[in-house]
Amino acid sequence: MVPPSLQPAAGPSETPRIAVEARNASKAFGQGDALTRALDDVSVAIRKGEFFTLLGPSGCGKTTLLRLIAGFDTPTGGSILLNGRDITADPPNRRPVNTVFQSYALFPHLTVLQNIRFGLDMLGRKRAEADARAAEMLALVRLEGFASRRTAQLSGGQQQRVALARALAPEPEVLLLDEPLSALDLKLRKEMQRELKRLQRETGITFVFVTHDQEEALTMSDRIGVMQGGRILQIGPPREIYNQPANRFVADFIGETNFLDGEVGAIAGDTATIELAAGSVTVRSAGLDRGQKVTLAIRPEQVRIGEAEGLPAVVTGNVYFGTDTHCHLELSGGAGVVARLQSAADDATPLGEGTAVRVSFTPGSVQVLAD
Amino acid sequence: MPPAGTPATTEATIEAGRIRRNWLLAAPALALLLIGASGPLLIVLVYSFLEPGDYSGVIWKFTPRAWFEIFLKRDIFDGTLGVADAHLTIFWRSVRLSLLTTLITILLGFPTAWFIATRPRSQRALWLFLITIPFWTNLLIRTFAIMEVIRNQGVLNTVLLQAGLIAEPIQILYTDTAVLIGMTYVYLPLMVLPLYAAIDRFDFRLAEAGYDLYASRLQVLRRVILPLVRPGLIAGSILVFVPSLGAYVTPRVLGGGKNMMIGNFIELQFGQGRNWPLGAALSMLLLLIVMAALLVYVRVSGRENPHG
Amino acid sequence: MAERRPFSVTRLPGFTAIALVTFALLYAPIVTLVAYSFNGSESIAVWGGFSWRWYGIAWQNTAVQEATVRSLVIATAAAAIAGTVATLAALGTTRTDRFRGRTLIYVLVNQPLMVPEIVTAVALLIFFSGIRLATGYAGLGYLILAHSAFCVPFAYLPIRARLEGMDLSLETAASDLYADRFQTFRHVTLPLMAPGIVAGVMLAFIISLDDVVITEFVKSAGQDTLPTYMLGQLRRAVTPEVNAISTALLALTVLLLTMFFLLTRKRD
Repeated sequence: MVPPSLQPAAGPSETPRIAVEARNASKAFGQGDALTRALDDVSVAIRKGEFFTLLGPSGCGKTTLLRLIAGFDTPTGGSILLNGRDITADPPNRRPVNTVFQSYALFPHLTVLQNIRFGLDMLGRKRAEADARAAEMLALVRLEGFASRRTAQLSGGQQQRVALARALAPEPEVLLLDEPLSALDLKLRKEMQRELKRLQRETGITFVFVTHDQEEALTMSDRIGVMQGGRILQIGPPREIYNQPANRFVADFIGETNFLDGEVGAIAGDTATIELAAGSVTVRSAGLDRGQKVTLAIRPEQVRIGEAEGLPAVVTGNVYFGTDTHCHLELSGGAGVVARLQSAADDATPLGEGTAVRVSFTPGSVQVLAD
Repeated sequence: MPPAGTPATTEATIEAGRIRRNWLLAAPALALLLIGASGPLLIVLVYSFLEPGDYSGVIWKFTPRAWFEIFLKRDIFDGTLGVADAHLTIFWRSVRLSLLTTLITILLGFPTAWFIATRPRSQRALWLFLITIPFWTNLLIRTFAIMEVIRNQGVLNTVLLQAGLIAEPIQILYTDTAVLIGMTYVYLPLMVLPLYAAIDRFDFRLAEAGYDLYASRLQVLRRVILPLVRPGLIAGSILVFVPSLGAYVTPRVLGGGKNMMIGNFIELQFGQGRNWPLGAALSMLLLLIVMAALLVYVRVSGRENPHG
Repeated sequence: MAERRPFSVTRLPGFTAIALVTFALLYAPIVTLVAYSFNGSESIAVWGGFSWRWYGIAWQNTAVQEATVRSLVIATAAAAIAGTVATLAALGTTRTDRFRGRTLIYVLVNQPLMVPEIVTAVALLIFFSGIRLATGYAGLGYLILAHSAFCVPFAYLPIRARLEGMDLSLETAASDLYADRFQTFRHVTLPLMAPGIVAGVMLAFIISLDDVVITEFVKSAGQDTLPTYMLGQLRRAVTPEVNAISTALLALTVLLLTMFFLLTRKRD
């Protein structure tokens, strides 16, 4: 059964145009017993002009999917469509798709300008036209004075910009970015995140961005596809992925989450009671059956600590993070829960270890995941 | 889309095409080497099992005689078999001089390699360059340079004479010592370069750890450094020993006619009226020894760095 | 209180002294050889003042002239042939999955480095004398063929090293930027491997120029190269003319080597 979030997404009023699409794409390496499925029957439609992120741990298949779109690898099953046309058999040099490589792959024997012009030259553009376009790209990535430099003389951040300019110069239909920020230090990475977002807005080109960094994905993307084990688990806007994770893996991989095991108790109308070891919690009843084993997923910032009502718990420790403090609690059944308390809030004074408290959750914030 | 076969077969076809392409690219080099180097070795092998011609060349009759002749000789008067002691003298000289050459190049080469590897990064390339210049200089020129130094009217004797240390020139040229000096001089860079590579990889924190654990300098050298640079030591020894054993130019120029090594003895068999099959058998024997040495090296180095 | 120097983990007693003596021993004979090439006197034993005399004599010696031209012709041909086949072989054996027979190719290509020169020389003597007898051909072809063969590994190793150090994603990037296979080779692969090819060809040239043993066995009558000419001279009374020729060859080698180092160092 396909979860609703996996259906080809459609906007509320008009159907958005699809830039690139993978249909039942599979990629297997090796044969027989050594067969590994890097990509297992993946379907995804990426809309024109959107910033789409493929997010997942290493080895989840996100780079494989990117390489299938670029044409560096051929799928062992399924097809790749660009603007509705099947391009599965086209070699990479015939696809109007460009890549920003993780290692940048700048040509060391060429200058910055020659690197940026490379694609235009290969397409047989006129010299003057290519020069003008390359100059425009240099300005776009703010490297005006660097045209005649060798790429080895540039810093990591500058090489990154050249790689971007080179990939954008031929005006691709889709720009593929394979973990382009992973080689940069934290400060530069934040800067480049904003820069990428700006470039995407200014050029209007569809970006397909691959990363394992959930924060990067949440801050930059229009939509995210979360991948694991060669499959896409959930596709949706960042808020939806964060607030309504489709399963335990997504909830766990993106942000921090408290998981509590329980069983569906009484169902009354549209509310259901989940029986936990420490007590009971009321949630929406949609799709639940009495007696069903479930897992509750609650973000730490949705955990409230009070004295009057909720599940009985004891404070086991506090970890200070600057903007907030993580308060570790043990519910009366033995399960651990973390609550995130903002430092700026009124009740910022940490509770001492061993303090007996009551724990409750913001209404509507509890996600029920079927086991 | 037409059915393109199962994925496995398409992958296999692509793979087969790639391998065919690789072989085609390598083919011209292989052809050149087969004609100009490896193939003729087989002819030598065949010749070593033929009978010598009357004046030179061979008679096409199969016999293992040449191989026996390496070690045995038939007495010209009574026809009894005896040990070919002239041959054995030459073999023994070759092996002895090659081993001594290896030993001396280690004694000089290890401190030299150590010295280069412990220079600051910026100076190292220069010192290495100083080692590589003699390495790439014509072997004949280097041998000739040594000849200039050790001949009776050469620099060494002149200096010693004028200093009053000796009354008359020491005869070094055309002795085994001359060959030894020459080979040491000529093959020293072959010892220094692999030793340098090994010492360069050596993690000096390990030596620090040795000192920290109360080892003296000698103990650190023996217990920490030497075991870790052993692959370089073995590589250098093979690189020096193998060409020493097959040396031709250096013994010919410095050893004169009498102090032959295997290489010169082989050449002698290919002159007019000589014994081609014996020369062929000797060549094959030399090749076998060298291959055995290389095999030992591959075994040892393979065991010492299983990942490299 | 013998040792009051600050402790250094890289210092071993006596090593620096031995190293410096070794360097001195390495260069003393070469320096002597070069110095005596400028000796104005008739004999090697007596210093007769600085002079270019022996260079002039060598320059005008027709045997030296012919041997020099022959050496250069053979080295040029051998370097060109070895460089070409080695480039192709390197393209076929690097940056590809391990395939059946690759080790065999390695062994064959590097064979001249392993087999003693005297053995190869004897083998070629037998092989070529047979061909000479059968065809009557006695030209430079034998020497060029032999030199090309033993130069292959010297050309192959730097080219292969260059190719192996090359980032595979560069070619992927080229194909991503609309270059077809030929354009990728022409605009990316070839320019990037060029320093390796130049280095390999130069090494092959030096190796061919230096060869004594194989040339001595393979050459027909009257086909002396510079080294075999010098070897012949060493049997007779040696005049500083040989020093002059040696010094000239030495200078050429040092020049080529310096270029080689500059080429391979600009790797980053």
